[in-house]
Amino acid sequence: MAKRTPMEVNAGSMADISFLLLIFFLVTTQIPNEKGLPILLPPKRTEMDNTVKMKQHNILSVLVNSRNELLVEREPLNVGDLQQTTIDFLENRGRDPKSSDSPEKAVVSIKTDRGTSYDTYLRVMDKVQAAYNTLRAKHMGIPLAAYLALDKEKASKAMKDKYEAAKKAYPLRISEAEQSSVGQ
Amino acid sequence: MLGKFKSPKEKEVPVISTASLPDIVLMLLFFFMVTAVMRETNLLVEQHLPSATQLTKLQDPSLVSHIYIGKPKDTQRFGHTELIQMNDVLVNPRQVPQLITQENQDVTRMTVSLKVDRQSKMGLVSDVKLKLREANARKINYSAVGQR
Repeated sequence: MAKRTPMEVNAGSMADISFLLLIFFLVTTQIPNEKGLPILLPPKRTEMDNTVKMKQHNILSVLVNSRNELLVEREPLNVGDLQQTTIDFLENRGRDPKSSDSPEKAVVSIKTDRGTSYDTYLRVMDKVQAAYNTLRAKHMGIPLAAYLALDKEKASKAMKDKYEAAKKAYPLRISEAEQSSVGQ
Repeated sequence: MLGKFKSPKEKEVPVISTASLPDIVLMLLFFFMVTAVMRETNLLVEQHLPSATQLTKLQDPSLVSHIYIGKPKDTQRFGHTELIQMNDVLVNPRQVPQLITQENQDVTRMTVSLKVDRQSKMGLVSDVKLKLREANARKINYSAVGQR
């Protein structure tokens, strides 16, 4: 019997086939890169609603009207200045009797109109959270960018403790009041 | 002397071997298969997300459901007012709690990602928020893009 040489398979078209597959995957998939502002809604309203009495000076009231204008503590304000105002309000610690007693007791109340644009609302939300995040990052002794990038599940034990402490010192208390409906 | 050196005219262009090309492309392919997820919804509403600075990453992608809000793309069929899209259908706010519980049994652990067009008004957004609160889906994430 003659010695048979194994047949060569031409693999030249393999590249084309894989390219086709690759392009198919590129078109049909998306890479998840979702980021956003997290909030926690208050629990469902129950019959036995025990209203908590808050002292008026512990509340920073932020009103946004249908023309996207801000009213903070009954005075008009630019959205850009809201972060500093919130930080001042939280860090007051009883110095000014009209401002908050301590960060633990302070509440930021945001009230929007049905006609407020979502963009403005998110800017307000962003500034208030920026104020909290800045203070928390300062409490933890890390830069703000590092605080935002912190992965709560993968962080080291020491970092987690620090984070919990900062969270306890500056609890995120944003309350959203019922809406008015002027400009829809 | 002449025998030792070839004349430059006879010099051949070396052939580049393409034998490893399939392997390279396959590696790319596998990389994409692992990192990417299938596109599951066709967007029926406009989506230009607002920008924000204090962004955090969504924790567990498998426990996230999306709600899209914006003006419809097909204005001939759906008009110009903002609408809510869940999965592949346009819904009204009253249907939101039912669809949310249908999608995931453990509502308290899941996150709802609200993808709202930047030109929307707060009215519809807060209607949805109220319904989510009713359905006990309290973890909300306002989807946004970073500032450049």
